[in-house]
Amino acid sequence: METVKVMVDGVQVEVPKGSTILDAAKIAGIDIPTLCFLKGINEIGACRICLVEVEGTRALQASCVYPVSDGMVVRTNTPAVREARRVNLELILSNHDRKCLTCVRNQNCELQDLAERFHVKDIRFEGESIHYPVDDLSPSIVRDANKCILCRRCVAVCASQGVGVIGPVDRGFRTIIEPIFNRSINNVPCINCGQCILACPVGAIREKDDVEKVWTALQDPNLHVVVQTAPAVRVALGEEFGMEMGTRVTGKMAAALRRLGFDKVFDTNFSADLTIMEEGTELLGRIKNGGKLPLITSCSPGWIKFCEQFYPDFLDNISTCKSPQQMLGALLKSYYVEKNGLDPAKVFVVSVMPCTAKKFEAQRPELSSTGYPDVDVVLTTRELGRMIKEAGLDFPNLPDEEFDPTLGESTGAAVIFGATGGVMEAALRTVAEIVTGKPLDDIEIKAVRGIEGVKEAEIQLGDLLVRAAVAHGTGNAKALLEKVKSGEKEYHFIEVMACPGGCVTGGGQPIVKAKKRMDRDPREVRAAAIYDEDRDKPLRKSHENPEVKKLYEEYLQEPNSHKAHELLHTHYVARQKY
Amino acid sequence: MSVSSVFSASAVTDNKEKFAKLQEVIERYRGMEGPLVPVLHEAQEIFGALTLDVQKYISEALNVPVMQIYGVATFYSQFTLKPKGKCKVSVCMGTACYVRGAKKIQDKLVENLGIQVGETDKDGKFTLEATRCVGACGLSPVLLVNDDVYGRTTPDIVPNIMDKYRKA
Repeated sequence: METVKVMVDGVQVEVPKGSTILDAAKIAGIDIPTLCFLKGINEIGACRICLVEVEGTRALQASCVYPVSDGMVVRTNTPAVREARRVNLELILSNHDRKCLTCVRNQNCELQDLAERFHVKDIRFEGESIHYPVDDLSPSIVRDANKCILCRRCVAVCASQGVGVIGPVDRGFRTIIEPIFNRSINNVPCINCGQCILACPVGAIREKDDVEKVWTALQDPNLHVVVQTAPAVRVALGEEFGMEMGTRVTGKMAAALRRLGFDKVFDTNFSADLTIMEEGTELLGRIKNGGKLPLITSCSPGWIKFCEQFYPDFLDNISTCKSPQQMLGALLKSYYVEKNGLDPAKVFVVSVMPCTAKKFEAQRPELSSTGYPDVDVVLTTRELGRMIKEAGLDFPNLPDEEFDPTLGESTGAAVIFGATGGVMEAALRTVAEIVTGKPLDDIEIKAVRGIEGVKEAEIQLGDLLVRAAVAHGTGNAKALLEKVKSGEKEYHFIEVMACPGGCVTGGGQPIVKAKKRMDRDPREVRAAAIYDEDRDKPLRKSHENPEVKKLYEEYLQEPNSHKAHELLHTHYVARQKY
Repeated sequence: MSVSSVFSASAVTDNKEKFAKLQEVIERYRGMEGPLVPVLHEAQEIFGALTLDVQKYISEALNVPVMQIYGVATFYSQFTLKPKGKCKVSVCMGTACYVRGAKKIQDKLVENLGIQVGETDKDGKFTLEATRCVGACGLSPVLLVNDDVYGRTTPDIVPNIMDKYRKA
């Protein structure tokens, strides 16, 4: 690798050619402040917080985008640099709705961090400010332009998702980041993935908070309140309590939910195993009967809305399986109530998801097979964190507890749903055994793991060579679908997750600041925890889940049965973009 | 998916000729670097405004997100989202005109036309605008009605000028 030598504040460092000053300074042990910079997503040098002096240039330079060259001399801490950064920060603050105490991002805000770091005691500029109404019409996402600092991180991530529904409107002082024609985010083809929330350095975009609905239900003596937790929540929830990224907190999470007052603590992993039975059977059925291929997974509600809006031609390719969240909800309001002599009208299902799109999914009218919504309220991982804090539970020191029996039982194949490639891997583990009658030599299918945008695998199952592809991030899915459309690529089975990295970095997960993201990629760190969780499970194939087997024996008869279709499957409709 | 299937059929059929013209414009700029701004200019000429239907059409044809088109359309002051009146009345708000009383001319126009700056009257006859320096500082304060230039204007003569266009 070609390298260059750079002098940063008197420290000589050798860095790869093409590095930025920001990178070089880091190696020299200097942390240059940044705000609009979000590695790999938003590298535009707009906020002017990372300014430095470069010897031989006239003006101060934005270090996040300025490439180093051999012999370059950089100074990051001169009076001119400090003054410029401070003025820029004060100007941003002067126009910012500084209601930190009541802000969802209080103590987790990159602007607040900078104000503290620069020791801002007084904002010299008291200028005009425009008051914007808060857009809270979406079931998933709330936008508060009064807090927006125009960094464009949300704009960049929305565009990279191939969605592009928010952008800069108007100019100068009146610039605002919003959808077209003053519309609500709920009235444009937003897929509710919530990646904009993760990208936002401040509190300008947040999830729709449904915590109060859950407290109210928990307090109601007439309701039987049950909760389910998605695979990815257990490898991230700890971060809300200062635990290290990638810490597994499955047992503590179950303990916390019980202490919050839920009558039963179940696991979406159960229905992830069930999904494999249903979807695996659907795949084999389509291959055998000449059905529509490739079959595309249906677990990710962001992806479903994306497809309904942008690729309606592919709707028949999507598995008719409901997502695991909805499957478990439907079973709770049928199988579970029948078995326990409960009234479905009085069973309240809460799910804890790494996802903001799940909030939208839960309120789809077609997802209420029993006459009641499959799921009543969806909380994100962050909202559960808030409830636990509010209840005063010492989360890191809670004991490890188990999920409640039956609908809390799961295999290792279910937990990997939380990482990109996981559904594919879980499906192949089971399908291989159904087709060939014997297990795969190695059930860990490395080809579909990792954070490469599109992954491919070929698996020989007897006479059949199954071609599979995995895309995460709808931007990558778009590229993949275009290749399928043009005939350039042919597959039997495609997994799509709307969020880059899959559910571990879903829009409802703990927010990782841009600075931290430069060092540790949460997509990889949390996925590693997911795979550890799988490895520690005694059973690692969905069809081995004894409770799933029992469910078929007692209730559903067999995968894709009439009853299963009634409860566990759905349909999709093309949606207008604008 | 065909271009026309993505938005209300009526928008296209009602303006069939105009959309056909727009399609020609798009074909002319296709493949060129940065086609969006010139296409928007010509689209505005054809339709009088960059309405949502026009933006959607261009979005599909050039494969540019509507959001991006809307951002450009609101960034540049020459673009308008709503159709303008037959007579575009603009008062130059450049420095020279301003110090020589452009604001008073503008106030008089607001009173006379019964609309605020940036608005169009309900008959679609007049649109009142403030414009940047038109480069005729020697004639300040300057009032423009479409392509007609009125120099050294005073509030008193504003009603006469407007009446001329009312009758036209």
